[in-house]
Amino acid sequence: MSAMIKFVRHFMQDKSTHNSLINLFKFNGGIHPPQHKSESTLKPIGQLQLPEKLTLPLRQHVGNMPKIKVQVGEHVLKGQMLAEAEGTISAAIHAPTSGFISAIDEQVIPHPSGLPDLCITLTPDGKETWAKLQSTDWRNTDKNQLVTHLRTSGIVGLGGATFPTHIKLRTNANVHTLIINAAECEPYITCDDMLMRERADEIIKGIHIMQYILGAKKCIIGIEDNKAEAIKAMTNACSGAEQSAIEVRVVPTLYPSGDARRLIHLLLGKEIPHDKRSTDDGIQVFNVATVLATYRFFAFGEPSISRIVTMTGNVASPQNFEVLFGTPLQSLVEAAGGAKLNTQHFVMGGPMMGFNLPNAQVPITKAANCIIATSPDLFAEPPQAMPCIRCARCADACPVNLQPQELYWFSKSNNFETARNYHLFDCIECGCCTYVCPSNIPLVQYYRYAKSEIIAADKSANAADLARERNEFRLARIEREKIERAQKHAERARQAKESKTAVSNDEAEQTIASSTFKEPTAIDNKAAINAAIARSEIKKLAAAAAGVMPRNIDNVSPSVQAEITAINELRKETIKSVDLKSPTK
Amino acid sequence: MNRSPYITDAPSVTCIMFKVLLALLPGIVAYAWVYGGGILATLTLATITAIAAEAALLKIRHRSLKPYLFDMSAVVTAWLLALSLPPLAPWWIVVVGIFFAVVIAKQLYGGIGYNPFNPAMVGYAVLLISFPLIMTKWPAPLSLAQVPLNFMDQLHYIFSQTLPDNVKVDAITSATPLDYLKTQLMLKKEVSEIMQAPLFSELRVTDSELITGSYLLGGLYLLQQRIISWHLPTTFLATLSMISLVFYIGNPTHFANPMFHLMNGASMLCAFFIITDPVSGPTTPRGKLYFAAGAGILTYLIRVYGGYPDGIAFAVLIMNMCVPLIDAMTQPRVFGHQNR
Repeated sequence: MSAMIKFVRHFMQDKSTHNSLINLFKFNGGIHPPQHKSESTLKPIGQLQLPEKLTLPLRQHVGNMPKIKVQVGEHVLKGQMLAEAEGTISAAIHAPTSGFISAIDEQVIPHPSGLPDLCITLTPDGKETWAKLQSTDWRNTDKNQLVTHLRTSGIVGLGGATFPTHIKLRTNANVHTLIINAAECEPYITCDDMLMRERADEIIKGIHIMQYILGAKKCIIGIEDNKAEAIKAMTNACSGAEQSAIEVRVVPTLYPSGDARRLIHLLLGKEIPHDKRSTDDGIQVFNVATVLATYRFFAFGEPSISRIVTMTGNVASPQNFEVLFGTPLQSLVEAAGGAKLNTQHFVMGGPMMGFNLPNAQVPITKAANCIIATSPDLFAEPPQAMPCIRCARCADACPVNLQPQELYWFSKSNNFETARNYHLFDCIECGCCTYVCPSNIPLVQYYRYAKSEIIAADKSANAADLARERNEFRLARIEREKIERAQKHAERARQAKESKTAVSNDEAEQTIASSTFKEPTAIDNKAAINAAIARSEIKKLAAAAAGVMPRNIDNVSPSVQAEITAINELRKETIKSVDLKSPTK
Repeated sequence: MNRSPYITDAPSVTCIMFKVLLALLPGIVAYAWVYGGGILATLTLATITAIAAEAALLKIRHRSLKPYLFDMSAVVTAWLLALSLPPLAPWWIVVVGIFFAVVIAKQLYGGIGYNPFNPAMVGYAVLLISFPLIMTKWPAPLSLAQVPLNFMDQLHYIFSQTLPDNVKVDAITSATPLDYLKTQLMLKKEVSEIMQAPLFSELRVTDSELITGSYLLGGLYLLQQRIISWHLPTTFLATLSMISLVFYIGNPTHFANPMFHLMNGASMLCAFFIITDPVSGPTTPRGKLYFAAGAGILTYLIRVYGGYPDGIAFAVLIMNMCVPLIDAMTQPRVFGHQNR
């Protein structure tokens, strides 16, 4: 028995060895997938040749579509704004090089849906002529002005979330700690690693700007311990006296420690409440590449026109490249020595949360941190899914401490309300549950499905609520108007009566004949009209209550009537054919 | 299309079940050492019956045979039930038990993953209620039997219930320690007095310790392989020890000591192999504690006050009924939430 307790204790100790790194607060679960990071870190960040055309989707960020400022045929300069941020949450789009706008139309964009969206196509003139850029003396500029200025930079979260950066830097939040997310926890991705190795000084300068704008006294850079060179470079860069407020903190390699809420917990031991933002607790998180882009914008006036992309997987020589936005994926693949013969498709993002790209022509966008060429050897087809055996390995792996097996059960049985009560919307879709599932159940897909169903249901419920509210308001208005009319009518009748008596009293006998004859008739007429209106209102109400609305096609010419009949016939046919196609339920 | 994650690293269900079977091997060897090779015949018969029943039901339910048959879950059920049966149980007992376990308790509820009750324990409970005489008649360990049967004799007995001419049934059977204790206590004997019987001689204790220790060994292997978590076996054994200790301290003349309860019956098999069935058990860590504690208490109470010598099957089945409630009540606190 005692041996067993010792044995169990040994296990528990083993599980908690991650805590050995100083001042770290472990979250539940997490996984250790094979890293595959070394392949793409052998060479420094490479440059691409200018492609023949650049396709810039207008929607490269979270928020509103920006407003197009250019026309087809127009010549634009490198860094010139092509579309400006529209509304609060939006980001601008800039020309990655000088050239001509050759088209503004819908093209396939790198999105899981594979659907086309509005894009600006730019044909480079090869001259790379920069627009006039202006650096900002940020230390002597008002913070609000800096944020307003940043709105024209087109900078968004480059970790993949693509949330406009100027929104996150708005100074009304009382931020005391700035966290720089350099964990890069997902396998294969090395763009942040290489960026830190090669441009650590600029990153530190960017942190100064962000600290200034936010008023954040403290800054922690969180880096996973599998990036030794980056840690060294960053530690060196912030070793100066001025950098004392910046601390590089090494976190254990554990997916998904790069998730913002998990990273905050890891570094500060603070759980951001599910219904709050980190800024409510005085913490703001930025990806390391976003910091660099912000620095370059303020220091040199350079807008967001390129990013570092990891091109890895089934290509001849995996490498990181600085890629202009809009560059066709094919150019990037060729720069990495081309895809091997058995390449199936390309994944954007990492193997845990990425998605299949529709083809190799889609452009590189602000969200593209990594492209993986895949083959059956690299990412094998998952075996057939088996029933859940409730082994709860998924619950052990869940970084949010959810019960994925319960969420799966509820999602599968369309029991969405219960799934919501089991905190479905706290799921970050990191894929840890699927990674450890012995039954190969695509759990995350079930959660995405359940979430979208709930969101759709909520939307239609909201719409129904709105319609009901409007209808109730309309009925109340009709009722009110009816009462008002009746009151007015009564008032008039009273006035008429009074005036009649007044007339009979004041004007004496000579007017009696005419007034007694005329006035009552006028009043009677008005009363009759009002009564008719009221009757028709009541009829309308009754009809509305019975569900029969008066139709505006009752009194139309025969030709229009014939047209309506024809349309109705056609509609019936269509409904019939649809019925035949759809399987009977 | 978004089908991420693209990579996985998990043992398949087949692999998990295979490791469970592997973990049972030491127990089977010890069992065969103590009671003779007859158990191997019982295991083989149970395995074949289970696979046949599973295949037939899958066919009837229009499910593909390959993935479901090769998940090995039917074999695990078969082995657990076979190891719970008396060593020389007649062949039809095995077949009937397996039928109820695999067909009624598992496949009719929807197959693997959908059975609310532990299939092996359903099979066992049905047999115990239907054929109490056979189910409580255990052969004496070879070391104690007046006439130890050889393997061929055992086979013959299992399949035709006939013994060699010179052997009487009474010569090979005896009560189990749990059963013996119970009946003797009813005769108003004291525990210390009962323990003087040959059944509890030093030799006999070695037998039960051998089997129990072998199951423990297999259980530790499962823990090491992370097939099971520590919650269930530890809590079950701790609860059983604690409750028997409380009773034992209260009245040592009437209640057996904790060691007796841990070493006898199917305690160790239950702790590591039966309550750890994931499908019919709870999933939350706290829920596992409640489940195992409940099973431990019920096992003890049924052993001491119930009508059957061992209470594990009923304890497990009763706790299976509570699983949905336990799971719902023990949801862990989600990250970023205040309350559970």
